[in-house]
Amino acid sequence: MSIIKVENLGKKYTIGHDLNAGGAYRYQSLRESLAHSVRGIYQRLRHPLSPNIENTDLEEFWALKDLNFEIQPGDRVGIIGRNGAGKSTLLKTLCRITEPTTGRIEIAGRVASLLEVGTGFHPELTGRENIFLNGAILGMSRADIKRRFDEIVAFAEIEKFLDTPVKRYSSGMYVRLAFAVAAHLEPEILIVDEVLAVGDAQFQKKCLGKMEEVGKEGRTVLFVSHNMAMITGLCSRGMLLKAGGLTCCGPVSNVVLDYYRDRGGRGTKVHYRISDERPGDETVHLVSAEVTNQTGDDSCEFMIDSSVIFKLVYHVRRSSGRQIVPGFDVKTADGTYAFGIPPEKTSLNSDQGVFEFTASIPPNFLNEGTYFVGIAIYSFEGVRMTHVHEPDVLVFNVKDNLTDRPNPYTGPIAGVVRPRFETSLEIANLKASL
Amino acid sequence: MVFAGEGYIADTAGSWLSMPARLVIEAGKVNRQYFKDLVAYRELFLLLAWRDILVRYKQTIIGIAWSVLRPLLTMVVFTIVFGRLAKMPSDGVPYPILVFVALLPWQFFSNTVSEGGNSLISNASMISKVYFPRIIIPTTAMIVSLIDFLISTLILSALMVWFQYVPTWKVVFLPLFLGLAAIAALGITYLVSALNVKYRDFRHVLPFIIQFGLYISPVGFSSSVVPDRWRMVYSLNPMVGVIDGFRWAIIGNTNLYWPGFFLSVGIASLLFVIGFLFFRRMECEFADVI
Repeated sequence: MSIIKVENLGKKYTIGHDLNAGGAYRYQSLRESLAHSVRGIYQRLRHPLSPNIENTDLEEFWALKDLNFEIQPGDRVGIIGRNGAGKSTLLKTLCRITEPTTGRIEIAGRVASLLEVGTGFHPELTGRENIFLNGAILGMSRADIKRRFDEIVAFAEIEKFLDTPVKRYSSGMYVRLAFAVAAHLEPEILIVDEVLAVGDAQFQKKCLGKMEEVGKEGRTVLFVSHNMAMITGLCSRGMLLKAGGLTCCGPVSNVVLDYYRDRGGRGTKVHYRISDERPGDETVHLVSAEVTNQTGDDSCEFMIDSSVIFKLVYHVRRSSGRQIVPGFDVKTADGTYAFGIPPEKTSLNSDQGVFEFTASIPPNFLNEGTYFVGIAIYSFEGVRMTHVHEPDVLVFNVKDNLTDRPNPYTGPIAGVVRPRFETSLEIANLKASL
Repeated sequence: MVFAGEGYIADTAGSWLSMPARLVIEAGKVNRQYFKDLVAYRELFLLLAWRDILVRYKQTIIGIAWSVLRPLLTMVVFTIVFGRLAKMPSDGVPYPILVFVALLPWQFFSNTVSEGGNSLISNASMISKVYFPRIIIPTTAMIVSLIDFLISTLILSALMVWFQYVPTWKVVFLPLFLGLAAIAALGITYLVSALNVKYRDFRHVLPFIIQFGLYISPVGFSSSVVPDRWRMVYSLNPMVGVIDGFRWAIIGNTNLYWPGFFLSVGIASLLFVIGFLFFRRMECEFADVI
């Protein structure tokens, strides 16, 4: 049974074009509104038979339209999409902040939403007081907060400043405290908007770990972020929104890949046809890069037991006397640097001309998942020069078809790489080993 | 990966605010849940009230001094203007007491309306980021005003000791009249706060309305000065019933004009219902507009 079920969900906003500069539907002023209706009555008196004038300067905008999906208990779902795709609106309707215009949502569990860090924090109140306040706003009961109080304080690392008003906190402390409260919620469904963008890297990691823990305890997490590394690191499933509609839904790596393909540029192939647009400096230009397999099909999914071929074409525009060294950087979806591939021989590389650099990753080396390939072209004589540096230009997926597993286990296997080693398993000589 | 079964859900059900475990959100039918939610979020209501009280009295000593000084100064001015200069009748009580008894409910009323009226705007970030029945916020303003009311009551007691004036036994009915003031104040607060979200320049109109109300309500004078044939019309202002009630309960030697009083009760209840319904209608738009 699904824990969240959404049918035909739609949310309509009305945009008034005669309102303030952005044209968005914000608050009106009473004066404007009165003037407007007086004008309306006047127009009506003058032209009693004309159609309704009111609607002429209003435009409907569907932030969400015809959304249908189900989420199973324990799923950690990453919601991605460009700005304005409707991600935040979706979260807001799910946690009842705004009412949907059409459709129906069924939620079988208690929801806690974390759309902002420190909602309801009051600067004049102390850390201790704010913990209780924020906890209640997020939906914890007083008894619950009391029980977890020490844990929250320890997590936030603010023991010394518990009785200081939070207006005297550094921004880091503030965020830590706010997140600590949120992290100790125990809802069945946790809805998180892009809130981890704040705080230092170390604390971010701690928060991610905490959220992962939440997911592993069987709770359902919905997470919106623009950071694909966080999404893939944290979520098992993904949803791609585009212009208020759901374009793709499935395992997170597929969805992330779709997102990149949708943005153009990134995919399994880039080719800069116009020389002015090629990345690089006056010495070296990047012409094209691609990732393929032996059969050369342009799908971006490669089976784990087939080799993956990286290809890079660059143009050395003048002989600088320096040895030009191209290379690939391979990163996993969560941003971990996996390995780099420099050419084994670089002798011919100081000449002018167009060069092609190919590298082949053997079968059964990469693990299942999404990989990003960056391109860098250096020269090292005297000072190191970076001629081209294009991180994450290519993206591809490695899939496990499960036909070649050495044992009956069919679940996901951790690790950046998954090479097959020469191993032996045989009956040991009892006398020698015991 | 560990998947929790039924046991886990049963385990946390008690500790989580008693929110519905199963929830259906349907376009246009969000109302159904509302009263259940109001009960479920009572703890948040108390905490927000506690926050506002804490903030108000924490910031400065002035915070407390202000709530003492304001009614005292108003009382002095009104006593001079209405009692000494205009020589209004005082029904046989010291004029300061006549005024202060009326100031108690009026101050409670006007503080609730002015604080509550702007409360949604000042809590905008909360409204756009988390769900709870929004009506909690303007209602909280009443609790804070209640504290001010209690402080003012102490001042009144001091005044009565000073003037050696003993209230009547009818003072036990005071909570009823306070309740009436609360109903009237909440009704108007709900209306005003919802309008304030939609029309931001409304808050410039609000102080004027409150000021106006002070002069048309019998705060600085006894409502016995109003000619009898106008008493009914005068009682259309619900605060007339409240203030007369306060004077009747504390001072005791004035008679309550019952038909007018019941009219005030009716108007106050009507205001409350209209305010509440209007607020409910606007509520689902708040997060989009604020």
